[in-house]
Amino acid sequence: MIAIVDYEAGNLTSVARAVAHIGYRSAVTQNIDEIQNADRIIFPGVGAAGAAMESLKRLGLYHALARAFADGKPILGICLGTQVIMGFSEEDQTPCLGLIPGTVRAFKKICDSDGSRLKIPHMGWNSIQVRSAHPVLADVRDTDEFYFVHGYYPDPDVDRHILALTEYGIPFASVIGERNLIATQFHPEKSGRPGLKILENFCTWKPC
Amino acid sequence: MLSKRIIPCLDVREGKTTKGVRFEDNVDIGDPVEMARFYYEGGADELVFYDITASHEKRGIMIDVVRRVAETIFIPFSVGGGIGSVEDMRQALLAGAEKVSVNSAAVRDPRIISQGARIFGNQCIVLGMDAKKVEKTRKTPSGYEIVIDGGRVYTGLDALQWAQKAQELGAGEICLNSIDADGTQDGYELQLTEMISTRVDIPVIASGGAGVPAHLLQALTQGKADAVLIASMVHLGTYSIAEIKSFLSAGGVKVRSSW
Repeated sequence: MIAIVDYEAGNLTSVARAVAHIGYRSAVTQNIDEIQNADRIIFPGVGAAGAAMESLKRLGLYHALARAFADGKPILGICLGTQVIMGFSEEDQTPCLGLIPGTVRAFKKICDSDGSRLKIPHMGWNSIQVRSAHPVLADVRDTDEFYFVHGYYPDPDVDRHILALTEYGIPFASVIGERNLIATQFHPEKSGRPGLKILENFCTWKPC
Repeated sequence: MLSKRIIPCLDVREGKTTKGVRFEDNVDIGDPVEMARFYYEGGADELVFYDITASHEKRGIMIDVVRRVAETIFIPFSVGGGIGSVEDMRQALLAGAEKVSVNSAAVRDPRIISQGARIFGNQCIVLGMDAKKVEKTRKTPSGYEIVIDGGRVYTGLDALQWAQKAQELGAGEICLNSIDADGTQDGYELQLTEMISTRVDIPVIASGGAGVPAHLLQALTQGKADAVLIASMVHLGTYSIAEIKSFLSAGGVKVRSSW
């Protein structure tokens, strides 16, 4: 059973539908016992960091996630979930979970290589450049693209936590990870075939 | 680098796709779920569904369509038409839409944009706007006026000012339709597209007038649009998404070429 953590940060049904589509059972839940007993955890979310951290504390999920990480349970962060596992977010100046040290930064007014202004949020399809081989990213091809929608991006302190980079005016960490935790800034559940493949790989991943 | 998005738009009335749709393959003509699957597998980057059901009682049918589409395709899609309240937004989003688009209702009461953005996040709220070329006056300095209710009602709102206001209120994206170009297949309204796209910070989808792939290329380069909405040119089977994307790619536009 896969627990999809519901901390009231957006609509999680699309993640549940994608997991069902690739043939795995999941439950969208805020129940701490259910999260602790799950084989794997998906930690998604859209919205703002401040409200997300408040909900995590109020629901008592803050410690449940830290413990699952320490216990070696496979965890997949998605979008806001990926930002909240970092140490600190510039969005609402929010101290976060700190499972991966680093800061979540706002895209500043940036320009493309041809000088045209880039829109914020970064919304749409972009490629990722895998820097560090990882079983969950094993099937990503150079031409694959993934669906992003975000105005902030993770900036890990430690270089080896950056598993893939994406270019949007600047290169930023689009996949980060450490031990049993992997987290994507994009939405694998909305990224067609290559996204579903990442979800599938996560569902069979055995972190060592 | 971010790809430009190609977005087929489906008009749905009482659960069936309408408006001159002709498919040659084994697609159940008129079933929006099967058409969604066809475009998903064919390389569409996103889909838009407009509910043009006239009677309010039959609106529930659309929510069922949204739910079935969400179980079938794994790319973002938005729902518009008949979204008049935060509750309408909630139903469409819970059924599985990634975004909702508001048009006339936002003109009547712009608070629907800010309320929707606060509850569901800016990225969920698309402002649909229909603009018509008018004389430049003090009221419409951009030379384009917002019309609502399918182009029948002039609002006195300046198109550029309305776009900028919607962004301030929290819209995450603008779907910009030219009433003059809509349905002509003569090309997008490039002047309008370029003006709005370069004067707001949020992405702009160009809509209305696409007939051949060269029109898309113009909207994405000269018009500086972030995405293009297409209908007849793919619904009639004249072009496939793949053909359109190869054309754009050859023209120097970055598109998603693998799916």
